[in-house]
Amino acid sequence: MSARDFLDSIEPHFTKGGRLEKYYGLYEMVDTFIYTPADVTRGTTHVRDGNDLKRTMTFVVIATFFCILMAMYNTGYQANLAMEAMGLEKADNWRSIPMMIFGYSPYNPLSNLIHGALYFLPIYIVTLAVGGVWEVLFATVRGHEVNEGFLVSSMLYALILPPDMPWWQVGLGISFGIVIGKEVFGGTGKNFLNPALTGRAFLFFAYPASISGDAVWVAVDGYTAATPLGLAATGGMEAIQAANYGWFQTFFGFMPGSMGETSTFAILLGAAFLLYTRVASYRIVGGVLIGMVLSSLLFNIIGSETNPMFAMPWYWHLTLGGFAFGMVYMATDPVTAAVTDTGRWIFGVLIGVMVVLIRVVNPAFPEGMMLAILFANMFAPIIDYFVVQANIKRRMKRHA
Amino acid sequence: MEAYISLFIKAVFIENLALAFFLGMCTFLAVSKKISTAMGLGVAVMVVQTITVPANNVIYHTLLKEDALAWMGITGVDLSFLALLSCIGMIAALVQILEMILDKFFPALYSALGIFLPLITVNCAILGGSLFMIERDYNLGESVTYGIGSGFGWALAITVIAGVREKLKYSDIPAGLQGLGITFITAGLMSLGFMAFSGIQL
Repeated sequence: MSARDFLDSIEPHFTKGGRLEKYYGLYEMVDTFIYTPADVTRGTTHVRDGNDLKRTMTFVVIATFFCILMAMYNTGYQANLAMEAMGLEKADNWRSIPMMIFGYSPYNPLSNLIHGALYFLPIYIVTLAVGGVWEVLFATVRGHEVNEGFLVSSMLYALILPPDMPWWQVGLGISFGIVIGKEVFGGTGKNFLNPALTGRAFLFFAYPASISGDAVWVAVDGYTAATPLGLAATGGMEAIQAANYGWFQTFFGFMPGSMGETSTFAILLGAAFLLYTRVASYRIVGGVLIGMVLSSLLFNIIGSETNPMFAMPWYWHLTLGGFAFGMVYMATDPVTAAVTDTGRWIFGVLIGVMVVLIRVVNPAFPEGMMLAILFANMFAPIIDYFVVQANIKRRMKRHA
Repeated sequence: MEAYISLFIKAVFIENLALAFFLGMCTFLAVSKKISTAMGLGVAVMVVQTITVPANNVIYHTLLKEDALAWMGITGVDLSFLALLSCIGMIAALVQILEMILDKFFPALYSALGIFLPLITVNCAILGGSLFMIERDYNLGESVTYGIGSGFGWALAITVIAGVREKLKYSDIPAGLQGLGITFITAGLMSLGFMAFSGIQL
């Protein structure tokens, strides 16, 4: 019996009047995750395109493929490098059991990949399990469907965490992101802040010790390595050069940092896919880039004696920290971004300016992408409002 | 000049009265359903703030502060315990005048603001602005800047939350949270976004 037949055979239990009517959301989730539903819209709406929420969200998950690969590889690579530097023979946790087969050489790609996967996958599984429980709970009680938006949120959320995050904090963060960031507003498409970033921001302010500083970015206990951006915040470009980071090294992502956001190269591959399929708006991505380049050029020109971040050129802003990841995957979230065409440019530029502003001017946070996007999310509705008002005014004038 | 600019930016973003100090919450939550009304109230608060903070500053420095009466030849008198009272009186008087002006010249805005215009009198953001001015010992120029800046910051915050709430009209909020409940959560999440500025030293 195929899975389709099985699903069809149990469907009557879940439809109206069935024994398990309450759990229809659960059945629907499994059904539509595996199969494309054949249902069509009833009523008088016109279908212009086969594109729907399911495809949009699935495309985003597909686009993160290279980021996941690099997240696992780089996490393992950094861990293996750190263990070599500290002279450790084996990991002092459960990972040493599967890693007996592969060894800990940073020059063995397979060892890097597996070691990193042993850090990334548990975090991802915790995210899926905890977030999934909340999703299904709300879907069941409130009678809406569990859709693929959740897969995107949980994937992005896992990718922006540092590798050594305690699992209970991972679960707490995704709970906050899903429940307060999204479900209290009614689920996917109805929230105003990006759920993944809301969860991360919660962790950032609630447990700063496990998501900022120098000790968390490499997954080996007792090994401290600042991210290049953290180095730059205190010592400027000289500190990055003193630590022997080349631009191409940071571009390809071989540096400590949150798991998925180190490799600008992998992110740009995903970006090409998202822009080609038009899932991500090129206006937002372009706006973020323009805002970042212009404001960092402005800071370069102003210059500062005391603050070395003023001198950081824009192509370093691009590769360091979460900028590229936020630009491609977070800022382009169609739910929380502005929806008008002009509004999207403004929204993007606002993010680009804010991120450089926080990185350069605010000594409290070396990285600003997360807060810049949350800040712009808040302003998105008001940006749209003014764009619409300006359009109304212009048309009134034309037809007056 | 630079000091004034940084004071302005500090008053608007870093020490935003609504989202960093949570002052003026009653009107902030109640009159933020429509963007146009919220902007009207924001402008009203900004105007009141711009007038009252310097006015209170003048009163405080010429009458109430310790030895402020020296220009009348009276020394050794400290009336600063009257500051709270005189601030409230000043605000109430100015709001009355503003109300009459709005009633006469902008009746649409007057009726849209409704009960909340007289309520500016007891808006904690306004009183808070004046008390901060006294506590931080601003001079006249600084108090004008601070008045404009803190009023603008509050207006910005209420406009933004009104935008978000207009968007949330299309949301599917659980029955128990509809209305004020979700607005509280929204305000909290917004102040999370404003944390971007916390820690900036100007």
